[in-house]
Amino acid sequence: MSQAVIRPLFEGADWEFSTIQRAHDAIQQIAVEELGLDVYPNQIEVIGTEQMLDAYSSIGMPLFYKHWSFGKHFARNEAMYQAGMQGLAYEIVINSNPCISYIMEENTATMQALVIAHAAFGHNHFFKNNYLFRQWTDANGILDYLEFAKGYIASCEERHGEAAVERLLDAAHALMSHGVHRYPRPRPTDLGAEERRERERRAYDETVFNDLWRTVPGGDKAKHDPTTDERRRALLQLPQENILYFLEKTAPRLQPWQREILRIVRQIAQYFYPQSQTKVMNEGCATYVHYRIMNRLHEKGLITDGAMVEFLRSHTNVVFQPEFDDPRYSGLNPYALGFAMMQDIARICNEPTAEDQHWFPAIAGQGNEMAVLRDVWANYRDESFILQFLSPRLIRQFGLFHVLDDAEEPHLTVQAIHDERGYRKIQRALARQYDIAWTLPDIQVVDVDLDGDRTLVLAHRALNRVLLEEKDARHVLQHLADLWGYDVVLREVDPAGDQLMKEHAASPRPGILPAP
Amino acid sequence: MHIVDRRLNPGGKSLANRQRFMRRAKAQIRKAVHETAASRGLKDADSGGEVSLPARGVHEPGFHRDRQGGIRDHVLPGNKEYVAGDTIPRPPSGGGSGSEGSPDGEGEDDFRFALSRDEFVELFLEDLELPDLAKRRVVDTESLSWERAGYSVNGSPANLALLRTVRNGLSRRIALRRPKPDEIAALRDEIADLTTDDPRRVALEAELERKLRRLSLIPYIDPLDVRYKRFEPHPKPVAQAVMFCLMDVSGSMTEHMKDLAKRFYVLLYIFLRRKYKHVEVVFIRHTHQAAEVDEETFFNSPETGGTVVSTALEEMRRVVAERFSPDSWNIYAAQASDGDNTASDNDRTAQLLTHAILPVCQYYAYLEVGRESEHFPPGFIRRDSDLWQTYAEIVRAGAPLAMRKVNHRRDIYPVFRELFARKQVTAGADSA
Repeated sequence: MSQAVIRPLFEGADWEFSTIQRAHDAIQQIAVEELGLDVYPNQIEVIGTEQMLDAYSSIGMPLFYKHWSFGKHFARNEAMYQAGMQGLAYEIVINSNPCISYIMEENTATMQALVIAHAAFGHNHFFKNNYLFRQWTDANGILDYLEFAKGYIASCEERHGEAAVERLLDAAHALMSHGVHRYPRPRPTDLGAEERRERERRAYDETVFNDLWRTVPGGDKAKHDPTTDERRRALLQLPQENILYFLEKTAPRLQPWQREILRIVRQIAQYFYPQSQTKVMNEGCATYVHYRIMNRLHEKGLITDGAMVEFLRSHTNVVFQPEFDDPRYSGLNPYALGFAMMQDIARICNEPTAEDQHWFPAIAGQGNEMAVLRDVWANYRDESFILQFLSPRLIRQFGLFHVLDDAEEPHLTVQAIHDERGYRKIQRALARQYDIAWTLPDIQVVDVDLDGDRTLVLAHRALNRVLLEEKDARHVLQHLADLWGYDVVLREVDPAGDQLMKEHAASPRPGILPAP
Repeated sequence: MHIVDRRLNPGGKSLANRQRFMRRAKAQIRKAVHETAASRGLKDADSGGEVSLPARGVHEPGFHRDRQGGIRDHVLPGNKEYVAGDTIPRPPSGGGSGSEGSPDGEGEDDFRFALSRDEFVELFLEDLELPDLAKRRVVDTESLSWERAGYSVNGSPANLALLRTVRNGLSRRIALRRPKPDEIAALRDEIADLTTDDPRRVALEAELERKLRRLSLIPYIDPLDVRYKRFEPHPKPVAQAVMFCLMDVSGSMTEHMKDLAKRFYVLLYIFLRRKYKHVEVVFIRHTHQAAEVDEETFFNSPETGGTVVSTALEEMRRVVAERFSPDSWNIYAAQASDGDNTASDNDRTAQLLTHAILPVCQYYAYLEVGRESEHFPPGFIRRDSDLWQTYAEIVRAGAPLAMRKVNHRRDIYPVFRELFARKQVTAGADSA
């Protein structure tokens, strides 16, 4: 009895739906059984160029409300694509359940297998398991919510006019980057959970009860008489970093439908918040997964040598990292860094050096690299991931160095390079580049003059004395004043000494709010 | 796993967003369209294509940190020679070493995107229409076209309406209960199965006889059923136009003046293209003699000589007589000149224009181009040129002739708009 001859899944570049189905099934087998990935069910949609451009302009979402800015992005992408200045992505994947991956009809069969491995399994696993996505996004509900948002905004346009809705959306979009909760708030708890917690707390008190503490002398807790200032801030939940949330809840003159639209924009911003914090990890995870899967398919004889070469060519393009003095350099490539780090972790698990033993005692030589990686993918974001896992070997391999640029000095200074003294510093500095708290300006609503003219006061804590880009800041502040309905002041302060560096002010224009 | 084929979904999903964007940036797009059109050749002036907008008009602002000032950290790949403590001269861009980039991925560069031909022309010629006088002529010069108009009972075999004929036959056969071939075959089978002395045989044979007779009496297709497609003549406006560009190319016409004229011709061409399917352009240049030339020669090749305007009109009359019968062509003409003409020629020009040219033209525009620097102190009365005076006389007599003076590039479009603005009743020399 001879074993059935294993035939490749496809030969040549052409594909049809049965090819995709076969490739998906073969990839699924490897992904789930060999790599132990845990994914949402997949839905693969084949689209053409125009639909890809459509998806680009609506931040990759399959349905979205209407706004001129999406038309603008579409027009620009289309022009760049037609002029040949920009290629299109091979796929777009949506964090939803089922997980929707768009694949382009022009792709070859090899590319389709690659994007299925990359998006439908790599990204899909990451979306389902990473703690940020679990905490912040609702993969089951997002498509329904977008459907609702689209319908709601369309009905507002009918009732209140396109111009009014457009002005409101313009203002909301300008504040979108500051419409997210950065830190988890306590979630509303249900009664059962409350009771359980109460029981646990009492049980804990009982186990650690010591009557002696009662006899320790101590003054009455100084009864703090809250001044009116503090009381007001507490009532308004100030300081508040989520400006859109603050406006939605507190802006005095917004109409109910306007509050709802601010909420929609805020919810969507929140949905995308984890993605901006996990670029390196997300792409690293997907790239590592597709690399493993494609290699395994080749080992099993499921793809031909020709397909493998085509895959490797495309893969090396994706993970190419130009050096800083290369004209092609435009920042660290998240695919390159992510993939290199994932491979490095696998190497540390399987063939650690003495250096790795010293730096990563927990995982070095541990043997099961997929278990370690799955744990990493679930529990880190870019910043903590780089801080934890950027190995000295990788720093040497990339030739990373840290440059300090102080506007008050005539020169830039090299702070650290890939040597014994520099590894920690580079880890820290690079991690910081991916920390959203460092990259986005820290702007908070700090006070409202409720007794006087209702001026809204915001503060920008100018980290490292870097101020806001002035023209844009003025525009956004103008939008903010339009929504708030009264004057708005933005103070830029140096967090080191609370010293005021710059102040912007704006007064509302008529247009968004009804006349008082 | 599901595979969904979305390629067949209706396209244009983002059309509504595009329209919103176009509306939003309308003023800028319009300006860009005019600039683009001016820099193109006459015949592809309206082909649509890329326009470039300044980025600031459609900028989406957001809070982000300045690219300069303060203390910044950069981590860069590819170290070759640096050691800790080295100093690097600040790159000229002032900012860091390129790792920051613009926060939203777009700089203050111009924003380029493509307009379709329709969008282009729509924006270009908003609110304009052909003057009323053109419509009168359109009605005069109609041609006939045949259009479908129901069915008739007679006609030529080529126009046989097959479907309708067969359908009529079918309903007639049903109404008259023509036996179907199946029924007859069944009856025959039944008879064949019977023995010769079966009592039912006689009745069945009679039935068969009756059916066969009926079959031969009621035809499958009767002349009554036949229908023909009917066509009726419909008057149709002439859908082709010819545009005559007449220009004085004598030494007194500077490059600037020619440029002004070209811009006007471009506008007129685009405008006609919107109204007519097919537009021909004829270039006639003249000094003391006139000739029909191609576009390149018309605009670019210098010529010397005197100025006799009537030669151009004579040439135009010749070309019209030879190739463009006014019955089947809408004729438009635009003449550009600096106003000079040999004094003795003015009468002849006026005669030709009034009696030979204007009667066959839908529209005749005279554009007097002047020097850019030409301006007169207030209160100073400028002497009108020979040609202007001659034409003004003709207009005063009530002839449909539009005339304008243009000195500067920026005046071209306003003048054009003025000539073709909606609700304009008459075209004439009402301003100078």
